[in-house]
Amino acid sequence: MIEQAAVQHPREGMVPGSRLNDFSIQVATANGSGSQSSNTVLLRSLFQMGVPVSGKNLFPSNIAGLPTWYTIRVSRHGWIGRKKEIDLLVAMNPETARQDVLGLPPGAVVVFDAPLGISSLRKDLTFYPVPFDRLVEPVTTDPKLRKLLRNMAYVGVLARLLSIEEKEVETAIGKVFGKKAKARELNLSAARAGFEWAAGGVDKVDDLKVSRLDQNRGKLIVDGNSAAALGALFAGVTVVTWYPITPSSSLVESLIGYLRKYRVSADGKPTFAVVQAEDELSAIGMAIGAGWAGARAMTATSGPGLSLMSEFAGLGYFAEVPAVIFDIQRVGPSTGLPTRTSQGDVLKAAFLSHGDTQHVLLFPGSVEECFTMGVAAFDLAERLQTPVFVMSDLDLGMNNWMADPFPYPRTPMDRGKVLGKEDLERLGGFARYRDVDGDGIGWRTLPGTDHPRAAYFARGTGHDENAAYSESPLAFEENMDRLRRKLEGARTLLPPPVREGDGAEVGILAYGSSHHAVVETRAQLREEAGLESDYLRVRGYPFSPAVAAFVSSHRRVYVVEQNRDAQLRSLLRLDLPPELAVRLRTVAHVHGLPLDARSVTDEILAQENAS
Amino acid sequence: MTTAANAPAPRTNRLGLPLTDYRGGKTTLCAGCGHNAISERILEAAFDLGIPPERVAKLSGIGCSSKSPAYFLGRSHAFNGLHGRMPAIATGAVLANRDLLALGVSGDGDSASIGLGQFSHLMRRNLPMVYVIEDNGVYGLTKGQFSATADRGATLKTGVVNDLPAIDTCALAIQLGASFVGRSFSGDKRQLAALLKAAFSHRGTALLDVISPCVTFNDHEGSTKSYAYMKDHDAPIHELSYVPAREDIAVDYDPGATVEVTLHDGSRLRLRKLEEGYDPRDRIRAMTRILESARGGEVLTGLLFVDVAAPTFVDLLGLPDAPLATLPEAMVRPPKEALDEIVEALR
Repeated sequence: MIEQAAVQHPREGMVPGSRLNDFSIQVATANGSGSQSSNTVLLRSLFQMGVPVSGKNLFPSNIAGLPTWYTIRVSRHGWIGRKKEIDLLVAMNPETARQDVLGLPPGAVVVFDAPLGISSLRKDLTFYPVPFDRLVEPVTTDPKLRKLLRNMAYVGVLARLLSIEEKEVETAIGKVFGKKAKARELNLSAARAGFEWAAGGVDKVDDLKVSRLDQNRGKLIVDGNSAAALGALFAGVTVVTWYPITPSSSLVESLIGYLRKYRVSADGKPTFAVVQAEDELSAIGMAIGAGWAGARAMTATSGPGLSLMSEFAGLGYFAEVPAVIFDIQRVGPSTGLPTRTSQGDVLKAAFLSHGDTQHVLLFPGSVEECFTMGVAAFDLAERLQTPVFVMSDLDLGMNNWMADPFPYPRTPMDRGKVLGKEDLERLGGFARYRDVDGDGIGWRTLPGTDHPRAAYFARGTGHDENAAYSESPLAFEENMDRLRRKLEGARTLLPPPVREGDGAEVGILAYGSSHHAVVETRAQLREEAGLESDYLRVRGYPFSPAVAAFVSSHRRVYVVEQNRDAQLRSLLRLDLPPELAVRLRTVAHVHGLPLDARSVTDEILAQENAS
Repeated sequence: MTTAANAPAPRTNRLGLPLTDYRGGKTTLCAGCGHNAISERILEAAFDLGIPPERVAKLSGIGCSSKSPAYFLGRSHAFNGLHGRMPAIATGAVLANRDLLALGVSGDGDSASIGLGQFSHLMRRNLPMVYVIEDNGVYGLTKGQFSATADRGATLKTGVVNDLPAIDTCALAIQLGASFVGRSFSGDKRQLAALLKAAFSHRGTALLDVISPCVTFNDHEGSTKSYAYMKDHDAPIHELSYVPAREDIAVDYDPGATVEVTLHDGSRLRLRKLEEGYDPRDRIRAMTRILESARGGEVLTGLLFVDVAAPTFVDLLGLPDAPLATLPEAMVRPPKEALDEIVEALR
């Protein structure tokens, strides 16, 4: 029972005012009710107040009607991982209101739609009933619009209750509704109606409050899928082939928007091709075909699509074709929880396909890294002549995060080892799969190269170094050994792990979106239990030598991940010598919600106390 | 070197290349396999047309047919990919480099069974390429199981009878919007040569379903894809002659008895009607006639349908004239100001 571990929760014994700029909000609405715009306005308003903030959409696999929750965390400490405990509930959905209220911790605050009549459910909470229907009545006569505007009215109510400046709400509404003047005016009116109502008729008795800070200077708010799309845009992607699947669709849709704006040449022609394929087999097949022919090609998918891509992934590995695959992980097995997050594809992606296939994986841990790794993936794919998988997830991909401005690529595009006509004239010919440089990477030519010795026969069948069909046991083994050497070389080409802290007995090893919970966990371990920890965030597979070094300098290493079977730990155990592998411990869960620090802290302490 | 000097110079094409420059490796298919004849027709067509072999990309799936690109056009790049997935690789390759002359070689198992989805979607997209199905109604590499193009009632050597209706890849392609659809027989040298040349000259997907008997597993009595069956049932719908763009031969012909199709590169396909009222530019009539022929036990061959003006996938995507694959960095990486502008909009 992790929940009841003997750990003091931060709110207990708190002095009044300690929830200043430090609380979480959960908004409960029905899917399709227009609450997304309202929640974005709320998030942006808080962001503009200079207080670190993060937002997470917990939505159903449904277009309209099913319950949806949006959580916002405000943290003067800068914690942007999910907070497990809810401090403020906005209850708008009759279907879930009762359960939502019953699930709150003592001391929480509830702003609710007055007709729900839920204030008698608990005595240890603060309730603010709000007559939303009455509030929006003067704003418009259109009953459909009124239903949507109720949601903007709660933004106004919260702004007043939490001391968010009204002008920041107005700025945020301007940002969200942009050029849609009518929608902007209606939403401004609705927010003002909420603000004024709360100003006139509410006695504030709770301690939740926002006051202006200056911690967000220069920062952006962006989702990881848009960031990855921008990475691809600035990587110079030319062929994008995809099949829609949640939660990866918004990556390509965002990319299409940016491509249309920034990648049309002077003569009005696009410098890219985007194809919505008939399925994921075709999507990756087209990317492999385009990569073979020399394009910077990519696809984006999630678990079920990744499974379908496996045969082509093996072809890409064995025929040595560059391609970039963005995997925005959701919860499996099977269709699983299509709108919830996980890190459940790691093991599958590492060895995707039959035979001794092995792939290069990148693990972005932030939206900034969705961008930088989005750029790097294309360079690595062409340098290593192999598919590269960018292992993002739904939490990173579809939620809005604060981010530092993205750095413009510092180095020119690395197109890898390609021989052109002049090279062939000088060399007289080439052997496609010969390891002339000792790094396991051969030189390739592109189809269409105008030289009689340029051609080679790419194939998924056994081949010798001239790319000729071969069933020779020796040739096969030599080829497979070279491929292994090539992937060995990737260890030092991929983004190195990031280490924080030194000298502690306990290490924590994590990757991807788990990062945001882990940094907070380290503070909790220190403050609540006096436990120091060092932290290594892995950013690529095959692993950097720094990973083994980190494990060897710690007695116990907790591998934190968002899946049931400790998938990264499994990869580490294959990689590390046995005496190091036994030092690894597991903190692995998947339930669909983004990882929160409290759960990680409690689990680590429970294991520490048991040992 | 006196012998070489005395030997007659080999015949060369307009590029000055001899036919040997269009050859590939030695075939490993069975002696007498229809696929070998098709390989010969392909390399001769490329030679006669003076296609630079370096411009061709040979693409194939898995099966006997898909091995054959190794046996012709040795100076062309090739990608022998996955079973039924040649269309995806072809699509990616052509989008990456629109200058490539893509030549897909597939089989009836590859296209009509495992790859039917990719086949169908390629036809819809009208990707510029030549798509040859070497159709023998049987799986050769796995030793003789029926494929989905086997006719109902056909038998295997073992006596097994096919109970299921055949998928007619030509009818399907026409229905799906393909712009050039022909059927031929590996044993009809003249017709196949003309169709291949016309296919190379077409702008869009040119599908050729070529009946290509499998001498090992499907050339017996009871097979509807055997040499003997084709000799008896081949029903050419017209006599075809291909007139290259460079040859401005004014031959008198009776316009009532001949249809002339001018292809994208200015070459012409002249179809002397053997059958009244057949016009390959009429999609609906073509479908009707194919279905009728199947009912009557004929194998209708020739150019079944053509639409020279159909927009290709490359047109629809509005691709630039230069290949996407080799656009310089300055054209594909937006400047720093673009990133600054995007970042500013996200603040």
